[in-house]
Amino acid sequence: MKRFTSRPGDQLVDPVNEARLFRRRAVFMGVFAVVLLSVLIARLYFLQVRSYEHYQSESTNNRVHVNALAPARGLIFDRRGVVLAHNLPSFQLEITREDVDDLEATLSGIADYVSFDENDVARFRKAMRRAPPFQGVALRSNLSEEEVARFSVVKHRFPGVDIVARLRRHYPGADTAGHVIGYVGRIDEDDLQTLDPVNYRATREIGKLGIEREFESLLHGTVGHQQVEVNVAGRVLRVLEEEPPTPGAGVYLTLDMRLQHVASEALGDENGAVVAINPATGEVLAMVSKPDFDINLFIDGISVANYKKLRDDWRRPMFNRALAGTYPPGSTIKPIMSLAALETNTLTRYSKVYCPGYYSLPGDDHRYRDWKRVGHGHMNLNDAVAQSCDVMFYDVANKLGVDLMTKWFNDFGFGHPTGIDIHPERSGIAPSREWKQKQYGQVWYPGETLIAGIGQGYFTATPLQLAHSTGILAMRGKIVRPHLLYAVQDNPAQAPQLQAPEVLRQLPVKDETNWDYVIKSMVNVVSGKRGTARRAFAGAAYTVAGKTGTAQVFTVEQDAEYDKELIEKRLQDHALFVAFAPVEDPQIAVSVVVENGGSGSAVAAPIARRVLDAWLVGEPGVSPPMKDGGQHLTAPKTAERSLANN
Amino acid sequence: MPTTEHGAMGQQQTPGLFVLLSRFLRLDIPLLTGLLLLCGLSLVVLYSASGQDVGAVQRQTVRFALAFGVMLVLAHVPPTALQRSSVFFYAIGMAMLVAVLLVGDVGKGAQRWLDLGFMRFQPSELMKVAVPMMVAWYVSQEPLPPRFGRLLVALGIVALPAALIMQQPDLGTALLVAGAGLAVVFMAGMQWRYILGALALAAVAAPLLWANMHSYQQQRVLTFLNPEADPLGAGYHIIQSKIAVGSGGLFGKGWLNGTQSHLDFLPERHTDFIFAVFGEEFGLFGAMALLGLYLFVIIRGLWLAADSQGTYGRLVSAAMVVTFLVYLFVNVGMVTGLLPVVGVPLPLVSYGGTSLVTLMIGFGIIMSAHSHRRLLS
Repeated sequence: MKRFTSRPGDQLVDPVNEARLFRRRAVFMGVFAVVLLSVLIARLYFLQVRSYEHYQSESTNNRVHVNALAPARGLIFDRRGVVLAHNLPSFQLEITREDVDDLEATLSGIADYVSFDENDVARFRKAMRRAPPFQGVALRSNLSEEEVARFSVVKHRFPGVDIVARLRRHYPGADTAGHVIGYVGRIDEDDLQTLDPVNYRATREIGKLGIEREFESLLHGTVGHQQVEVNVAGRVLRVLEEEPPTPGAGVYLTLDMRLQHVASEALGDENGAVVAINPATGEVLAMVSKPDFDINLFIDGISVANYKKLRDDWRRPMFNRALAGTYPPGSTIKPIMSLAALETNTLTRYSKVYCPGYYSLPGDDHRYRDWKRVGHGHMNLNDAVAQSCDVMFYDVANKLGVDLMTKWFNDFGFGHPTGIDIHPERSGIAPSREWKQKQYGQVWYPGETLIAGIGQGYFTATPLQLAHSTGILAMRGKIVRPHLLYAVQDNPAQAPQLQAPEVLRQLPVKDETNWDYVIKSMVNVVSGKRGTARRAFAGAAYTVAGKTGTAQVFTVEQDAEYDKELIEKRLQDHALFVAFAPVEDPQIAVSVVVENGGSGSAVAAPIARRVLDAWLVGEPGVSPPMKDGGQHLTAPKTAERSLANN
Repeated sequence: MPTTEHGAMGQQQTPGLFVLLSRFLRLDIPLLTGLLLLCGLSLVVLYSASGQDVGAVQRQTVRFALAFGVMLVLAHVPPTALQRSSVFFYAIGMAMLVAVLLVGDVGKGAQRWLDLGFMRFQPSELMKVAVPMMVAWYVSQEPLPPRFGRLLVALGIVALPAALIMQQPDLGTALLVAGAGLAVVFMAGMQWRYILGALALAAVAAPLLWANMHSYQQQRVLTFLNPEADPLGAGYHIIQSKIAVGSGGLFGKGWLNGTQSHLDFLPERHTDFIFAVFGEEFGLFGAMALLGLYLFVIIRGLWLAADSQGTYGRLVSAAMVVTFLVYLFVNVGMVTGLLPVVGVPLPLVSYGGTSLVTLMIGFGIIMSAHSHRRLLS
């Protein structure tokens, strides 16, 4: 094998040597072939001699079918164990292709006993093309008891057609949390691209929205298999081997359905959202978006008529306003402006600004109006938050400048997603020079700084962001990720595993007492002599810090008078309110947005009051405070007991 | 080699009519006998596997006749002519592979066919021959064994079409094309240290590739490697085929008596899974006899290759034998649940014409390389 040449171009070939080299390799290849064939013969020996009896018996039990067994989908509970999603038995009509002689005749024959339309048939044919011939394919689901009875009498005439009991997802009275829970639907082409074909072999439904979608991998479970022996008609004679499916895990949400109901009722028929968070842990205690809709409609595919109704409703019931609705935050951001002013030494606690009812930039006669036309008079920061003076914050905004202001808004969670564990979350807009340049290709004007300083203009935020930023204030700069996953229970015999809160970071401040000052001014909003929300919180049994907000939906002409009654409902202001309580040990932070509701103090604040009352004091003599809910998870058996108690 | 020549000289005085005929036709009688026996067996098993369908047997007989005709023609094409056209065939094949990805027809979920107007053609099939021809042409430009640089280029010549075929996706054919090309490199005397080095490199690269895949992609690979984890998909075939083979026992259930294969349980039983029918009906002894026949064809093929003159002809001949071996091993391994399911037929025995023609072209080249030796020297 020694090389004769090593220099290129020297093409001296030695045929004898090459032939010898080749022959050696050929012998090697021959030996290799013998080895490979020996491996095959060893395998055949194993199958045909060692395991002969096993295969012999399987072969004589001539017809062996393999069925995939779908795992039961995991249940969804609220933090106290109230069921939000479970599985109920439902009957469906299935046809097994290989056992049917004449499919068309069978279809027209069944039609006399069970009703179905062209959509059902089309869907059935499509599913059948994908399924192996020995697997039953559903023609219709959710049969009535009458249909089951009628068909059972004549079943013998239709070989290959069976009524099968299956588990069907059901959401008991969960429309108040429908946006959060989401729903399951039939697996479609898009889902098929990414799901694991083996694990979903027997699965017909997949989470499409909300928690059902987000925690699909937890809720789904693992497929099982069954080898069965069947007779010629396809009837199962006995089960040869079974590997049972593993049910999906139980998912506990941080929601408390009692609080969810209170918030939902308090919001009533308005369009809007309420979000309540435990600021110390980020647990979302309530998340209501109105109007809501019945998520049960989506199981087994929503009917065309129902879907059209939901889709075409101008109030957009399917839209989750709490996560994806973006509203101008209005005056609710004034405490943050106040903190920014103090921290940057733009103003001191003793600085005073005179409010004549309007503000003008130097050298510009444009008047930026205060909501109070006659003005508030001399104000310090504390008064300005309590009475929601706009002029004060026009001034703060002007002095801070847009760049610094945007940095503070970003710190408090505006302009980017909070990172909550469901989708789709919108990030809203905390406007900045770069943002405007990117969005409109225009430079930033100083007047826009003023408008952003009172939470208007380009500035938008989601109700979740409002609750989140309020929580950050309540915790004096501790930022925790909001989340809905409370605990996961891998199987019913185990205690649920609690989800640990995730602290993202701590906002640094130069002077810790600035927090106290700002929070005190928010307390004055609800309990001060001239606080904007003093009426809504009169007689509260706990200390509250809050802030009203009223966001303009359309701009009023300079100096124009306008009459609320005359403006169409859809053009009225959004009413906002954010609050946390108790001040000394914050347990709940809440945000309320009422679309076109009018003023924050009159409309939004009373809704927040009812939510805080329910959580912190309950209804005296009727129900205890709810805040201790969720404790049972250390001992899972008490889940049923606490259910029974309520 | 000189001894062989002397032997032939010794017999020169009494060349029988049969020997003269075979020499005139440029066929090797022992190899031809092996191939004819395999084809005969194929028809016997096919009759049983197709549910005693005489029509299927007749169609396959016609295909055999055609395929042997193709082999006869190839046997008369001198290796030098093949050598000269290697680059041409490779270039045409590559162009068609690219075309098939862009405008190819989709059949059975994969894009493999090119519609030429009058016929549908699978360019990957051409590459099973064109790739080893091209590699053989390239490495025989310089004395063997090939140097490192040349090895790298040769690997590129193999990898490019294999990657294109993987895209269709047709793993089985990609495997065969790569196998044939690599066989040439191996037979050309690729140094053992490079072979071991390449194996080591692959062992290192595999975990890295794995770590970079999505979880569902990983799941698909796992299912592919262990089909029994998916007893309703690929696993269904394997379970049924193992039952068929295993229940055959030592002596088999007898011809036409395979219950498993006649109850419609065995999928693709006259094409890719025909070995299961054979194993069920003829048992371990029958299967060993069949594998023995295959081994005879392989050894005879290698002997003919080694006995040929001219580097190019030798290399292509050996590659054709290796292709045959890979076909055999992958198919029987798959049917017996030893290897993942890839669509590779049992050579010469499975129903169908495409791979049959490719294989017979290969045997034609082997016979040509061997029978043209005197003309070359």
